[in-house]
Amino acid sequence: MARRSKRFIELAKRPINRDSFVHEWPEVGLIVIDSPYDPKPSLRIERGKVVEMDGIPREKWDMIDRFIADHALNLEVAPEAMSTPSETIARMLVDINVPRGEIVRLVSGCTAAKLVDIVRQMNVLEMMMALGKMRVRRTPANQAHVTNRKEHPALLAADAAEAALRGFAENETTVGVARYAPLNALSILVGSQVGRGGVLTQCAVEEAVNLRLGFKGLTTYAETLSVYGTEGAFIDGDDTPWSKAFLASAYASRGVKIRFTSGTGSEALMGHSEGRSMLYLEARCLLVTKGAGSQGVQNGSISCVALPESLPGGVRVILAENLLAAMLNLEVASGNDALASHSDIRKTAKLMCQFIPGTDFVHSGYSSVPRYDNMFGGGCFDATEFDDYNVIQRDMQIDTGLHPVREEEVLAIREKAARAIQAVFEGLGFPPITEEEVQAAITAFDSRDMPDRDMAQDIATADEFLAGERTVLDVIRALDERGFGDVAERLLEMTRQRVLGDYLQPSAIFDEHFHVLSAINDPNDYRGPGTGYRLEGERWRRVQDIPQALPPESYLEGQGEHPSKLLSEIGPAKKGSGPEVIVAVGPAFGRELDQTINGIPHDEVLKQILTGIAEEGLSARIVKVYHTADCAFIGYTGAQLSGSGVAIGIQSRGTTVIHRADLAPLNNLELFSQSPNLTPESFRQIGRNAARYAKGEKVQPVPVKVDNWVRLRLIVKTMLLHRRELEQVDPDKPPTELKFDWEPDV
Amino acid sequence: MGKRRYPLGEYERDKIVSQTGRSLEELTLENLRAGKLGPEDFIIHQETLRAQAEIAEEAGFPQLAANLRRAAELTVIPHEKVLSVYEALRPYRVTYEQLLALADELEREYGAVENARFIREAAEAYKERGLF
Repeated sequence: MARRSKRFIELAKRPINRDSFVHEWPEVGLIVIDSPYDPKPSLRIERGKVVEMDGIPREKWDMIDRFIADHALNLEVAPEAMSTPSETIARMLVDINVPRGEIVRLVSGCTAAKLVDIVRQMNVLEMMMALGKMRVRRTPANQAHVTNRKEHPALLAADAAEAALRGFAENETTVGVARYAPLNALSILVGSQVGRGGVLTQCAVEEAVNLRLGFKGLTTYAETLSVYGTEGAFIDGDDTPWSKAFLASAYASRGVKIRFTSGTGSEALMGHSEGRSMLYLEARCLLVTKGAGSQGVQNGSISCVALPESLPGGVRVILAENLLAAMLNLEVASGNDALASHSDIRKTAKLMCQFIPGTDFVHSGYSSVPRYDNMFGGGCFDATEFDDYNVIQRDMQIDTGLHPVREEEVLAIREKAARAIQAVFEGLGFPPITEEEVQAAITAFDSRDMPDRDMAQDIATADEFLAGERTVLDVIRALDERGFGDVAERLLEMTRQRVLGDYLQPSAIFDEHFHVLSAINDPNDYRGPGTGYRLEGERWRRVQDIPQALPPESYLEGQGEHPSKLLSEIGPAKKGSGPEVIVAVGPAFGRELDQTINGIPHDEVLKQILTGIAEEGLSARIVKVYHTADCAFIGYTGAQLSGSGVAIGIQSRGTTVIHRADLAPLNNLELFSQSPNLTPESFRQIGRNAARYAKGEKVQPVPVKVDNWVRLRLIVKTMLLHRRELEQVDPDKPPTELKFDWEPDV
Repeated sequence: MGKRRYPLGEYERDKIVSQTGRSLEELTLENLRAGKLGPEDFIIHQETLRAQAEIAEEAGFPQLAANLRRAAELTVIPHEKVLSVYEALRPYRVTYEQLLALADELEREYGAVENARFIREAAEAYKERGLF
């Protein structure tokens, strides 16, 4: 291309253009919804058995069809559900007058194709409304990822503690080196309980190892039970619906919470899409999840997210899969974990689909560590974005489970966690964690700040720990013996909870008092405005309490402490004559306010202006205007009193105008509305220009810096300065002439 | 047994015992220090899982309830055996006959009727789909 637009060249450099985009290709599964090969909804039941589902007769079913028909469908409701128009059910989803339970009942009789047919009627806004209503738990929550490249136990513990302190209800770790699993699980278990009692923890590793970790009490939940929408993908995943269902029961039998994992794009990525759309396959996954008796699911594309997002409608369909899960009465940990875009705008826009409605876990892994250390290939949102995140919650009065924290408390909790895991390592005879490692873990940005450990030795320890007889009880003992009785008690309570099984119920989390919140005792009761979860009271105060927010009075610190010693009142201002310039100042000038918004003392402002006027050979009078605080009217008032008709009007914060008597009040010769950009030199030039206007000369306007961010940065201060000026307004007091005890040296 | 009040940990804490018959009050740091507690004391009792199943069923989660009932049967099966059943259920691990024999064994040795039924159903599905 010979000719290039400089704007297109800039656009090409934007982060968004590092993302991949592709046209649809249904045959290989590159389509998010409505593949021409997707089955149409149908269901035939004979003598209490399904004989045809979504157009496929029983004898042609694969194992997934069979599992769904036999375990997921409520055959009592199915005839009614399948004959209710999909559009009707879609409308019920957004109708606040239709209770959640009624939709759950109908949906229990829907096939995969029917489920897709319902949500395909809906746009993103409708889906978000429906998700807010259909979410299982009333109180939204969040999950953190806690990992690091060095698999450093002290850093894992410290990071887990911080994540818990920041409000995450679940912490998930994984491994770079598979054999580290027991140590990583142990480190975040201990760290999390230091941060806040009741935080659930898991370690994402191979299923059998994972189960062993659960048996040992080193994890309290598991969500790595992946399911797929086609037989080929399922078998590549080395499981079947029955093996996964058995695994679910195995965890529950030891009191460990589980959720399944699925998500659009996985089958296509594995080459097993069978030409079906991603959402149709996800609907099948969700029915397998439901049929297997999992209380919930982690979905929303998860690690494949970039694939649906490369296609048209991808983000909408990811929201649709979260919604489908909620409609099926499954707890949803709704993705927003893996890297989804290079563009902060795009990733945030996508996040809003789950953030605004709220889900059981808005992120199924917010990277509570810097992206560099995220071992899930993730970090769509990471530790460097906590402040942004907390501000967005505060902006929208939305609670996704996080809240602002203070640096001191974070440092303290990190230290305690690092010392606790150090004690556990010592107690269990593991390779020691040194004081240097503890100190590094407290203040580290990421694992590059951590000393290297002897990894071979750690791995050997991990192997031995996994194979041996020792369990979480030995960990508790080690904590108890080494002065961490409170942490030991929390770990013990977590272990006791296994005996109760309360947190096996759908959408269960614990609060800091180990009070369980689940679908049973905290069901989502949204029925329109004023119902459901509302962020208010103490919790709202906590969410809004960002450390960056200052008390209003702090913006005026120092103002009015040094009133001008050079200014004094003479008496009522009279109309002048001859070539003079009036400098009209606001009612608080030099007294209640004594410097401009950017800290130029009022005396200095006057000295500069008077010098400028004198340099042009004119004299000046200073007049204080009391009846208004408006810059234009201050200048206008001055102009009426000026012998030359020219006046400079200055608000105390520094906003300045050059006015002339014959102009309308809101007109001017020059206006300097961005007071923070004015320097002493600007005021001198303003004085000079005013004098030239007074002499009737041609005038080059004073050059001023344009910085549009200034208003953004200083708007609070501007407002508060103006308020103080307004306090001094006296509508009945005439303009008063001031004496300024200083002469320009010209 | 009447209707169960959830959370059991708040309303029925004094009635719950672990698989070994330990009450929650016994599951303390003191007893742990004294060496009186082992990992088996922290395994959920099958009756507690059945109570949770009942709660789930009542609240409209029938499949979860079925899962918890299967789980109840697994509480008395040793870890290694549970792991080996899972392994056998994965694709291409065992033969049709071996899987059926496993189902029989669970039913006979541990009274795991629901799991046995579930495994037999899997065996039929695997046979049909060639997963042995």
